[in-house]
Amino acid sequence: MRLLKEIIEKLDLEAVASSGLTDRPVVAGYAADLLSCAMKSAKRDYLWITLQSHLNVVAVGSLLNLAGIVITEGNRPDQETIARADEVGITLMVTPKTTYTVVGELTHLGVKGES
Amino acid sequence: MTQVPKFTKIQELIYELPIERVMKKDVVRVSPETSMTELKEVLKVNRISGVPVLDGSQLVGIISIEDLIKALVEGDVQAPVGKRMTTRMITVRENESVVEAVKKFAQFKVGRLLVVNDQGQLTGILTGGDITRGLLEAISLDYHAEEISRYRAKHIFEDITSDQTSLILRYKVHGKDFKKGGNASSKIKRALGRLGGIPEEIRRVAICAYEAEMNLIIHADDGGELIAEMRPDVIRIRAIDRGPGIPDVDQAMSPGFSTAPNWIRELGFGAGMGLMNIKKCADSMRLESTLGMGTELEIVVYLRQESGEEQNSEKSKAQEPA
Repeated sequence: MRLLKEIIEKLDLEAVASSGLTDRPVVAGYAADLLSCAMKSAKRDYLWITLQSHLNVVAVGSLLNLAGIVITEGNRPDQETIARADEVGITLMVTPKTTYTVVGELTHLGVKGES
Repeated sequence: MTQVPKFTKIQELIYELPIERVMKKDVVRVSPETSMTELKEVLKVNRISGVPVLDGSQLVGIISIEDLIKALVEGDVQAPVGKRMTTRMITVRENESVVEAVKKFAQFKVGRLLVVNDQGQLTGILTGGDITRGLLEAISLDYHAEEISRYRAKHIFEDITSDQTSLILRYKVHGKDFKKGGNASSKIKRALGRLGGIPEEIRRVAICAYEAEMNLIIHADDGGELIAEMRPDVIRIRAIDRGPGIPDVDQAMSPGFSTAPNWIRELGFGAGMGLMNIKKCADSMRLESTLGMGTELEIVVYLRQESGEEQNSEKSKAQEPA
């Protein structure tokens, strides 16, 4: 099982919120941009990869106790979103890579789609 | 972009705790006239490895077991402490936070720090061990307080008896206010955690509450109300709004069907999955709607009675963000 901080390092992600909470395990990954789909399929300690960057991704992350959220394609959350993520302890990471690339790299690291 | 660092509990405490909370207050002291032989007895009897040297109430130095060993080696045990003490004294103020002491230990590589008040008088002594013990005590106090409040919340249904006790949480949800999306459901989730819910059930309730809350935000022009009724055996969530109403309830229930406009879809909502998610997570759901009048959604999730899994649930809750 991979720790979030290993993934951040290997994939060269930039942690923009709750960057001190990366010492936690990532049990699996999930990718989608529809919040209800994430609600349905992502679970506790999953890493969620999406290009959505607004405040509601934090709500989903917090309700599901996700290990973190990777925001792709150079989208950056605004200050309010970052502040909320810090408040609820959800690690937000950004990357210029596409979702496809990130998922590919995660698969290479052994992060599966299901725990 | 600025990063707000997230502190661990220990880091928080190091900054919060004043030195006077962790230092040793009953300081054993010697005078400059004390002989090194007498010092040996003082260290032995008190099981300590160093003492401050005071001339009256004036702090003049510090002497440690290292100085004693040197005196023994040099055959100078009859010398007074005043001759062999170290006059370089590293002090910290009692009202500074523990982090200042940690910094000084790292900077000066000493075994103990002298603690003084604002007037420069000695009020205590501090070793690395004192800091460790102080932090552990503070953590266990915090932990204990947290346990007590959780315990109290958990037993609310046993303490307050009636034929049927329920706790009702009402939340006003504003239409199109996406910034607040998930606020009500987060609070419901937390309440259920406080009441000792099992993680899997908390997850199911959280998903139902979130989807119902988002439906109010996305579709109800004037928003609506999210009401969670909590009983020891069942959670009933109702989402009530005054319009616009659903033209075809069966169609609304079919997966992928959505009437959300494009700008809402671009935010990632309107997948047509919300009601499906609720249906999957709930033990039962009921959707009633009158076009132009309003919609009422009722969701029921049954709770298992407390069991051996309680420990497990406590553990996983402890890892949740506060």
